[in-house]
This record gives sequence, structure tokens and C-alpha cells, in this order.
Amino acid sequence: MVTANRTADGAVIYRNAAQGWSTDLSDAAIVRNVDEARALLAEAVADDVGAVGPYIAPVSVKDGETVKPGNLREHIRQSGLTIDLLPVSA
Amino acid sequence: MYAYDELDRTLLNERVEEFRDQVKRRLSGELTEDEFKMLRLQNGVYLQLHAYMFRVAIPYGTLSSKQLRGLAHVARTYDRGYGHFTTRQNIQYNWIKLAELPDALASLAEVGIHSMQTSGNNTRNVTSDQWAGVAPGEIEDPRIWSELLRQYTTLHPEFSFLPRKFKFAITASAHDRAAIKIHDIGLRLHRNAQGEIGFEVLVGGGLGRTPFIAKTIRPFVHGRDLLSYVEAILRVYNQYGRRDNIYKARIKILVHELGVEKFAAEVEEEWRAMGESALTLDDGVIEEIRSRFSYPAYEKLPHMPEELKKAAQVPPFERWRRNSVFTHKVQGYSIVTISLKPVGAPPGDATAEQMDALADLADKYSFGEIRVGHEQNLALPHVAKRDLPALWKALDKLGLATPNVNLVSDIIACPGLDYCSLANARSIPIAQELTRRFANPDTAELIGRLHINISGCINACGHHHVGHIGILGVEKNGEEFYQITIGGRADEHAELGMLIGPAVPYGEVADVVEDIVEAYLALRERPDELFVDTVKRLGVEPFKERVYATR
Repeated sequence: MVTANRTADGAVIYRNAAQGWSTDLSDAAIVRNVDEARALLAEAVADDVGAVGPYIAPVSVKDGETVKPGNLREHIRQSGLTIDLLPVSA
Repeated sequence: MYAYDELDRTLLNERVEEFRDQVKRRLSGELTEDEFKMLRLQNGVYLQLHAYMFRVAIPYGTLSSKQLRGLAHVARTYDRGYGHFTTRQNIQYNWIKLAELPDALASLAEVGIHSMQTSGNNTRNVTSDQWAGVAPGEIEDPRIWSELLRQYTTLHPEFSFLPRKFKFAITASAHDRAAIKIHDIGLRLHRNAQGEIGFEVLVGGGLGRTPFIAKTIRPFVHGRDLLSYVEAILRVYNQYGRRDNIYKARIKILVHELGVEKFAAEVEEEWRAMGESALTLDDGVIEEIRSRFSYPAYEKLPHMPEELKKAAQVPPFERWRRNSVFTHKVQGYSIVTISLKPVGAPPGDATAEQMDALADLADKYSFGEIRVGHEQNLALPHVAKRDLPALWKALDKLGLATPNVNLVSDIIACPGLDYCSLANARSIPIAQELTRRFANPDTAELIGRLHINISGCINACGHHHVGHIGILGVEKNGEEFYQITIGGRADEHAELGMLIGPAVPYGEVADVVEDIVEAYLALRERPDELFVDTVKRLGVEPFKERVYATR
């Protein structure tokens, strides 16, 4: 898949098959070879107004449909912080 | 506090409007990201994993209560209610929207704060001792000279497009709390044999991929020559510094490759060629800066007030006082360090509510002044000793009275892979687990002074190389691993830590640190032999043996 950050607010976005963007990984266009990946990336890069820094990232697809991030970095980008956020005790 | 003049205010306001226009043009597509990136970086705006990150400078670590409320306002209004104090006297907001950034900048400008040059290949926020002006035995308030450098380097055209970023730190005390030896230029204020004030100039310190401790290139530069000497250094760097390879572009690499003697000779030649110039400071200029710093009207107070004697009978207060309260240059007053390292929390984070409440406490107990240290803690620099018990109670209610300053759970950590687009591994959860392992304050005090520093990648924002125990996150085949070093330190005896062995997986880091600490407790000669001194005496072998014997 191809992912980037939305220009206006920096939110994590995924390139979808309709030549747009979604904040939901399950909407991402999944590509399975280098040529497809390059084509999807080129299309994403062309949208310089809507997105910043698009790149190709790995995913795993279970049972042909459930899409999951392919590494820890993408997992954190999708799911958010892995930590307790705020100070809780003295 | 330093009082900004009309020139400063105009500069900030113009800068806000300039950036507002740049953001508008970026959002409309008039500017591409390639064109915009350098502009946003020059205003401290990065793009991280989840959002834009906004880094705001706190020059030489000094804040007024009004300014701290300004930081709280940005956290509450434009971010998610908290901010992260960094290892270079900055605060970072992690969830800023680009479209709202100009308004956030404008609100900061109202209280005299900005984000200029908190990123990019220019001279960064000039940092200093967080106890400047109140530390006993200080030669002079180093912020006077920090401010001179700040004014001189801000938007200086020759320093705005350097080969790489460039960082200054200044101290005026024998004990270095500003980590000057790990900066591009470190300045130590002292007196020469004639009693004149000047600087030992150290160059080429830095951490990251290729760490170096700074080397002295001149033992004494008179105060009036500070700017011209610094300019000579930067000219040599601009002339010879590499621009072809980002990993070789810092001045530390130039100093290393030329050799410190040759580098110093180049600087001396450049400096001599400059001769007397407009950069030679006359006393009037220095006095003008000095006069714009105001100092509290201290009362004449007893060394040991009754309130303190009485509170000393309360063990939790006494533990906090032992670890958080430090000697002030004026009798009857103390410097109070506010730990931003509560058990289980991200190091250096503070909520908007905590910032606002701390601003109120600063007004009530510290002449409206707050300091920010590179250890990611805050300080109230002018607290009357009689007020310490009341202050402690108030801090405790806010979750800001953790009695762990300089102890094992007072951990320095970068944001790591939870936030940072450069990171390879997480830092904060490692820190949180360690604070839980060492949560018992009796144990922490038994261990004594021990600084743990954690970085999530080789860029070393958590200063892991100079941690007594340093932890560096690396990625191996898609998994988080951590290299452990011991024996580093960032003070006047600065040293780089030594690697103890192969990296360990995420789940074993806290166990390894516990092993190292247990080994230290068994190996130290006396209860007051510090961890770093035991490592210095014995080397890494006994620690390595302990850690890897069963792994």
C-alpha cells in the first residue's frame, strides 16, 4: 500500500483504489508487485496538495481480506501511541 | 527575566505574518511541499508519524509565569492538552494542525516566545545552565552572554544555511549543568589570572551517529571578543564543512578530520584577519543586555526557618527536600527542581493544567519565574525556604512532587517510535517500565545518583551516549533491540559510555538494567561511590559478565 500524511493536519492517510485518500487502512489499495507499487506511488506523489511524503509500506493480508500493517512503525501509525499518555502518579 | 524590546516584538509579529502567508500558500497548492519544507522547518515544524510536530524555543531555559501559561494555552487550544520538554530547553507539541499553526505562533508571540531556528541547518536555541543567576559560586549570569548570542545568531544570513544544524551551550559554574561538552560550541565562563571575564571555548562536541566530546581550542577569549571569535569559528566551518554528505557535515567531523590543532589554527588565522571589527563588543552593548535582565528583590531570611525545621519531621517532605531542593546563592532561598518523571509517565511531559498550576505556584513562590533543564525537568529558581513545605504540598497535589531528581527513575528519553519518524524503536515504554521497576523510593535512594538516557535511534536525542546507563534502540529484522552502554556522563567530566555487549530485545531491557544496577550495588566500594565512579574504576567487564552470563 501507499501511505502519507494529510497536508492540512498531518493525519495518517492511505491511498485508495479510487485515486483518493482514506484514513482507514482497510480502504487502502493493495498492490502485489513492484510495478503496481511504483504506479500507485507515482499517482500519490502527484497529489502534492493533499498529501505529504507518500511512500510504499508493507501490509499483511489475512484470509484474502483483513489488512494489517506490515511492521511496527506502520502499526503505530495506524493504531496510535503504545504508551500510557499522561502522568498518573506522584 | 530578560525584557524584550520593541525590535524583538516587531520581529516576532512579522515572522508570524510571514509564516501565515506561507501556510496559506502551501494549503492552496501555490507552494509545493519541496518549496515549503525548508520554510516550515525554519519555524520548528516537523512532520512526524501521526501529525505535525511543533518545536518552540525556551532561550537559555528561562520562562516567566505568563510565558508558561502561553505554552499551556497552545497545548490546550491547538494540541491535545500536553507538551513535551526536550533535552535542549525546547517544548514540543505533537498533534498540531498545519492550518492552525499561524494562530498558535501568534499566541506565543504575544508572550514573547517563538519557534525560529528550532530546526534546520542554522544556529539553534542557545542553551544554558537552568540554575543561571542563582547558582552559588557562579562567575556571572551566563544568560547575559546567551542572550547576546541569541540576538547575534537569530536570522543571521551567514548562519542560516550552514552545512548542518549548530548548537551552542554556555555555563558559568564549575559544575556543568548545561552539557557544554556535547555541543558544537561549548562556552565556559571563567576569570583569567587578571580577573577578567571570558570564555574557555570548546568546539566539536556532539552525539548522534558519530559522537565526540568537544575539545578546547582556546582557554580564554575575552568577553568583548565573544562574537568575533564565534564568527571566526563559523566562518571556518562554513568554508571547510562538508555539504556533500549529511553524516559528515557537523563541525565535530571537521574538527576530527582536520585535527583540533589545525582547526584551532584556522580559527586563529581567521580571527586575526578580522581584527578589531563591529563585532568587538564595547562595554555599553554588554551593559545594555545586562540591564535588561531583572532579578528578584530578595528578602533577608534565615538559613533555617521554623517552617522548615517542623516539616523536616515529615518523612515524605524530607525525602522530597533531599532530592529536589538545592542551594541558592542567597541565604534563605532554594532552587527547587520539579520532576517531570512520575512513575509510569512519559519523561518530560506536562499537561496544560500542570503548566497553568505551576505558573500560579511560580507567581506565589518564585517571583514568577520557571526554568527548564536539559534533563527534561523544570525548576523554580527563587523559593524562600520557609515556603518549601507549602510548595511541596501544592506540587504533590499536581503530581509534580516525585522525589526522584537525579535518581534512577529520573530518566531522559526521546519521543522514540511512538512519535518520531526517524526512530527505529520505542523509548517511552522502556522508560515507563524502568520507572515502575525502580518505583520504590528507598531503593532509588540506596542506588544514589544514576542517570539513564534512552534514544530510539542513532540520532541520539535522548543523549544515550552520555547516560550513566545509555540505551539505544535499533531495529533488527523488524524487531526492536537495544544496545546498552555504561559509564557515560555529560558534565564537566563528560565521557562517552562503553558498550557492554550485544543488543538485547525489547522485553529484556528492564531486566538488563536491573542486573547492571544490582552488579553496581555489589561492586561499589562505599555507599557513596557513584555508579559512574564504580564503572570508571572497574570498567565494563564485571557488568558485562553479570548481564550476559545467563543470556
